[in-house]
Amino acid sequence: MFDIEKIRKDFSILERKIWDDKLLVYLDNAATTQKPKVVINALVEYYENYNANIHRGVHKLAEEATSAYENVRAKVKSFLSCDEASEVIFTRNTTESINLLAYSLGESLNDGDEVLLTEMEHHSNIIPWYLLRGRKKINIKFIPITDQYELDYEKLEKLIVKGTKIISITHKSNVLGTVNDIKKIAKLAKDNGSILIVDAAQSAPHMKINFTDLGCDFLSFSSHKMCGPTGVGVLVGKKELLEKMPPFLGGGEMIRKVTFEDFTLNDVPWKFEAGTPNIADVIAFGVAIEYIQKIGLENIHKHEIELTKYALDKLSKFTFLKIYGSSDASKRAGIITFSNPVVHPHDIATIIDQDGVAIRAGHHCAQPLMKRLGVSATARASFYFYNTEEEIDIFVSVLQKAFDYFEVGACKELKGESKERVSK
Amino acid sequence: MIQMKEKTQSQALPHLDELYKEIILEHYRKPCGREPLDKVDYHAEGMNPLCGDEVRLSLCMKDKKIDKVHIEGHGCSISVASGSILADMLRGKTIDEAKRVSRYLKDLMHDKSNKEKIDIGDLEALEGVKKFPVRIKCALLPWTTFEEALVGHEHVEIS
Repeated sequence: MFDIEKIRKDFSILERKIWDDKLLVYLDNAATTQKPKVVINALVEYYENYNANIHRGVHKLAEEATSAYENVRAKVKSFLSCDEASEVIFTRNTTESINLLAYSLGESLNDGDEVLLTEMEHHSNIIPWYLLRGRKKINIKFIPITDQYELDYEKLEKLIVKGTKIISITHKSNVLGTVNDIKKIAKLAKDNGSILIVDAAQSAPHMKINFTDLGCDFLSFSSHKMCGPTGVGVLVGKKELLEKMPPFLGGGEMIRKVTFEDFTLNDVPWKFEAGTPNIADVIAFGVAIEYIQKIGLENIHKHEIELTKYALDKLSKFTFLKIYGSSDASKRAGIITFSNPVVHPHDIATIIDQDGVAIRAGHHCAQPLMKRLGVSATARASFYFYNTEEEIDIFVSVLQKAFDYFEVGACKELKGESKERVSK
Repeated sequence: MIQMKEKTQSQALPHLDELYKEIILEHYRKPCGREPLDKVDYHAEGMNPLCGDEVRLSLCMKDKKIDKVHIEGHGCSISVASGSILADMLRGKTIDEAKRVSRYLKDLMHDKSNKEKIDIGDLEALEGVKKFPVRIKCALLPWTTFEEALVGHEHVEIS
C-alpha cells in the first residue's frame, strides 16, 4: 500500500529544517534522491559487522561480504528482468558505465563508422563518444528532437545507415522528462545490426524496466538516483557481447592468471570489475532496490504522474513561464523544467532556497540541448515518491515570491531588453 | 555527529536584499557596456562551466587608458550586474589601476583584507554576495574574463 506519511518517516532528512525554521522541500531528485534509514543502516551494519575484502579471503567475514555483494547482482537481475546475474556489472555510476562501453566497444570500430546519439543527451552520453572520436576516425550524429520535445522518429530512421555501429540513447531526458520509445528503436537497431545502448539513469528509479523486453544490448543507471548510496552504477549487457568485449580497466579481480609474460582474463562480469569494488555501497544499494520494490515501481510512477499533473496545473497560472516538455504529465512524469527571460534560473533557485525549497538551476549537464532550446540555463523541479502536493503548493507560492521580487510580468521594458540580450 | 547537526542547522538566513541590492537590480535591468566598439585591443570570452553563464568582454584603449568596455553574454542578475559595474568602473583607468579594482573585488568576495585605497563605487553593492557562497563565481566571472583578456589574448582583433 502507498502510504506517503509512513514513507516520509523513513527519510530523516525530510524533517530537516533549512535556515533554522524552514522545512526542507526537496525537489532535486533528478540530481540525486534522499536515502531511507534502512539504506544508511545497511552501510553501518556492513562496516560494524562484516567488513572484509571480497572474492579472495577464506575467512568468515570475507565469505559474508562476498555473498552479500554477489547477492546484489541477483537483485539487480530480478529488478531489470535480465537473463543472468552475470550480465550485471557494477561501476561507479552511469557515466562510468557509458565510458566503459565507449572504450571497450570502441576498440572494434573502424574509420568511418558512425555513433548515433540524440539532441537530448546528458554530457555523460556525449563526452565518452567525443573521446572515442579523438582515438578513432568515427562520425557522431545526433537524432533531432521535435518542437513537441520528442525524438523525431522519422529522421531517426533515416539517420540509421549501414555504417551506424552504435546507437546510444537516453531512456528518459533529465531535462524534458520525455520517455523515448526504446522498443521501437531497438527493432530498427537490430534490423540494421547496430548495438543499442540505453542510458536509464532517469528511468530506472521511476518506472518498471524489463531489459529483455526493451530489446536493447546495454543499459546503465546509478544507485544514488534511486535511494541508494553514491558511488555505485550498474551496467547490464547481453552476455554474448560482454564476453567478446575487451576489458576496460586492468588490475586485481579482472584476471585469472598473471605471469611475467602475460595474463588471462577473468569471466564476465568480473572481467569488468578491476580492483576492490565499492563493497559497502553495493550492499546498501541492494537494500535500496528492495525498499523501492516494496513500495512498487507502478505506485511510484503513478504517484509521480499525479504530482506532475498537479504541479503543471498550478504552474499554468504563471503565463509568462516557459515550460519545456510535454503538457501531458504521463509523458514526462517527475520532471518539470522551466525558464523566464526576466529572472534567471539561478536567481529563482537562490530566492526559493530561502524558503527551504531545493531545485536545480543551470544547464543540467545538457548544454547541446540547452542550445537546441535556445536558452543558456533553465530551472528544474524533479519529484520522487516521497514528495507531496503540499510541497508543490509551497514550491508554487515561493516561486510567486521570486517573480514578484524581479517584477516578472509587471515590467515590459525589462522583458524587451532581455529578449534583445538573448538575440545578440 | 551531533555537533555537525548543530552546525548545519544553525545558519542564520541571509536576507535577500543583501544580495539583490537596488543598485544591483538597476545594473541588471539597464546594463552598461552594451555598445559595440569600433576597435578592440583586448578580448576574452569567459564561461562558468557549472551554470553555463557566458561573458564576452572587449576593451578599447586610448592614451594607455581603457577608453571603452563592451560586455555581453548570458547570465544571472549577479553576473550581469557585476559585468555592468565593470564596464562602468574601468573606463578611464590604466590597466594597472583596473587590475587593482579587480583584485579588490576578489579579496572582498573571499574575505581577505585589502588595504588598497581605491574608489570602489558600485562594487560595494556586491559585498552581500559573499553571504551566498555559491553565487560568488557569478560575481567574479566578468572580472576573471577581464584578467584573461589581459594575459591570454592581448590585442586580439575581432571583426
